[in-house]
Amino acid sequence: MCGIAGYHGGNIAPERAADCLGRMVAALRHRGPDAEGTLIRGDTGLAHTRLSIVGLIDGAQPMVNEDDTLAVSFNGEIFNYVELRDDLKARGHLFRTTSDTEVLLAAYAEKGAACLADFNGDFAFALHDARTRTLLLARDRMGVRPLFYTEHDGTLFFASEIHALLALPGITADIDPIALDQIFTLWCPIPPRTAYRNIHELPPGHVMIVEHGRRTIRPWWQLSYPDRNDAPLAGSGDGTVEALRALLDDATRIRLRADVPVGAYLSGGLDSSLIAALAAPKVARGLKTFSLTFRSAEHDESGWQRTMAAALGVASDSVECTTAVIARHLPDVMRHIQCPILRTAPVPLSLLSARVREQGMKVVLTGEGADEIFAGYDLFREARVRRFCGRQPGSTRRPRLFQRLYPYLPGLKQQSPEYLARFFAFGAEALDDPLYSHRPRFRSTAAAKLFFSADLRQEIGDYDAAADLAAQLPADFRRWHPLHQAQYLETAFLLPGYILSSQGDRVMMANAVEGRFPFLDHRVVDFAAKLSPDAKLNGLKEKHILKQAARGLVPAAIIERPKQPYRAPDSEVFASPETPAYLDAVLSPERLAESGLFNVQAVGKLKEKVVKGQVSGFRDNVAFIGILSTELLRVAGKAHSHQPLSEIGKH
Amino acid sequence: MSDETRDAIRTFIVDNFLFGDTSHPLPADLSLIDNDLIDSTGILELVGFLEERFAITVADADIVPANLDTIERIAGFIARKQAA
Repeated sequence: MCGIAGYHGGNIAPERAADCLGRMVAALRHRGPDAEGTLIRGDTGLAHTRLSIVGLIDGAQPMVNEDDTLAVSFNGEIFNYVELRDDLKARGHLFRTTSDTEVLLAAYAEKGAACLADFNGDFAFALHDARTRTLLLARDRMGVRPLFYTEHDGTLFFASEIHALLALPGITADIDPIALDQIFTLWCPIPPRTAYRNIHELPPGHVMIVEHGRRTIRPWWQLSYPDRNDAPLAGSGDGTVEALRALLDDATRIRLRADVPVGAYLSGGLDSSLIAALAAPKVARGLKTFSLTFRSAEHDESGWQRTMAAALGVASDSVECTTAVIARHLPDVMRHIQCPILRTAPVPLSLLSARVREQGMKVVLTGEGADEIFAGYDLFREARVRRFCGRQPGSTRRPRLFQRLYPYLPGLKQQSPEYLARFFAFGAEALDDPLYSHRPRFRSTAAAKLFFSADLRQEIGDYDAAADLAAQLPADFRRWHPLHQAQYLETAFLLPGYILSSQGDRVMMANAVEGRFPFLDHRVVDFAAKLSPDAKLNGLKEKHILKQAARGLVPAAIIERPKQPYRAPDSEVFASPETPAYLDAVLSPERLAESGLFNVQAVGKLKEKVVKGQVSGFRDNVAFIGILSTELLRVAGKAHSHQPLSEIGKH
Repeated sequence: MSDETRDAIRTFIVDNFLFGDTSHPLPADLSLIDNDLIDSTGILELVGFLEERFAITVADADIVPANLDTIERIAGFIARKQAA
């Protein structure tokens, strides 16, 4: 796991080329502290910062093939490289190293870009083919590993993180108003858009091929579900549970391949517990787990973490996240995330990866992805209840189900069925709206745009982020079952756009820790997509088949416990007396006026309410973290200084 | 119902749900939910304000959009409560 960067095309002078690669390497050093390298071939430059995990001695990069026709800068892992290497050897390829990078080169030499379909892994790479003078950029199916690009003076620049591109002379960090509108509606930008104007992201499962200056971007893999009118899909009987368990076992097994020890995150929920249970017997020296704990009962799961660690007999370590610690670390976490966020949840995950690194480990397994693939989120249950209520809009009994869905939201308990019906708006939209499942979330998030300045509103004009999202959906989307439509929206957009990036790669790699996600093995993803909706969401019971697969591996109490979504304290971390010094500086009327993005007076009042500890609603929490993170990002992009952002306001 | 009551409700909404943004149009018949001015927590904040400011008691059964979803409805609700 590493950082990659480079350029292609244009008339870039040799001394400028070396300077650009050097700047990008410096900006990506945190992703790969073990080694670094650059390579210039004609009109192409490749750079690499290395976190050594596989092929510790002989895996230096950028790497060229035997006849020097191919060169690659590769970030990530091809977990099935052992099997692919055997296959390629049988076809006459010779290997000089034990690394998966060399397998990539041989596979490309054999099949060209079609080799991607053979890879089971999480990766982003840039490959230069001197035979055809082409550059190929590629990204894994689910979007675990990042890849950004921009064009300047006719040259294409690319890198694992936006940081590296902003380090180049002439590339400016201007927040994109449309991206801000997307984030304050959908929680993330729609790729290829990023938070910054003129900086783009290669979407997950896509390749970019640059040939004779012509750039083509196309998908090489797409998430898809069966037509809802097709023959009955596999349920949870007939050996399906056993097949799923075997698949998850293998997905975990190949993700333990490394020349360094592999640990595991343990939240105390079903997903990470199952992965830890599958991994523990395979780790000869004993699996080590890492967990987050909170002082607030609504966020803390330490009791469940202890239960699971004791059941497995594994060593466990935990990091306690106090409100003061979260507030203090937000600015420096924003430097790594480089995209506005609406929750503080990435901060504790950054502290957790720091602990992993302190313990001398570089790789962890995590349970991310199960909620998307097996329908674990409350949103899926909520959509089902809304449809149920929408069929009888006059019913006063049906809306009471919403209180059962969200027992942890005290505000809902005291609401009448009439208000519940209005909040969840089940009668308001057509049941065939492609975004039906997500409308309440998009709507309640978009309410935070109240704080946008008049200038920002004017720039955004009548742009509609939800309509834009709907326009990006695949042609056959409408033929899928409503649950599959909802799963697609979560898996294709929010998963890579927020979970795997702001809560994943960026905060793990900030501390040079590689996350591995067995649930996102494409065989598991494809298997789950083909299951009947009821095998996943059975009535209102989430992750039905996964719970069956976990029986005998995970204690029944953990399988049966109510789902607790991972959350961290949000605006309350800024309440007096622990309000950090940087808050006044970053959200001062002068700075806000200079940025021009938000309504100065309204933000001032919101901040006052936050400091008094009086913000409790969804909209105001989302708005505050969204505004603060955007302004922190603006300062970070502008400054390019090495002064920690958390020191702003201290004199 | 007096303009004074409507103004007090309007001021509460502007201060608490619009954070002082007086440019937002707020006619007396504007739905607070449909225009995303209020959420499930906001309803309870509103109820707390009405009880304290107008010395009324709001029963659980009173917390329905028919009583509380517009400034006009809230003003009518207060008048009925005070007359009872």
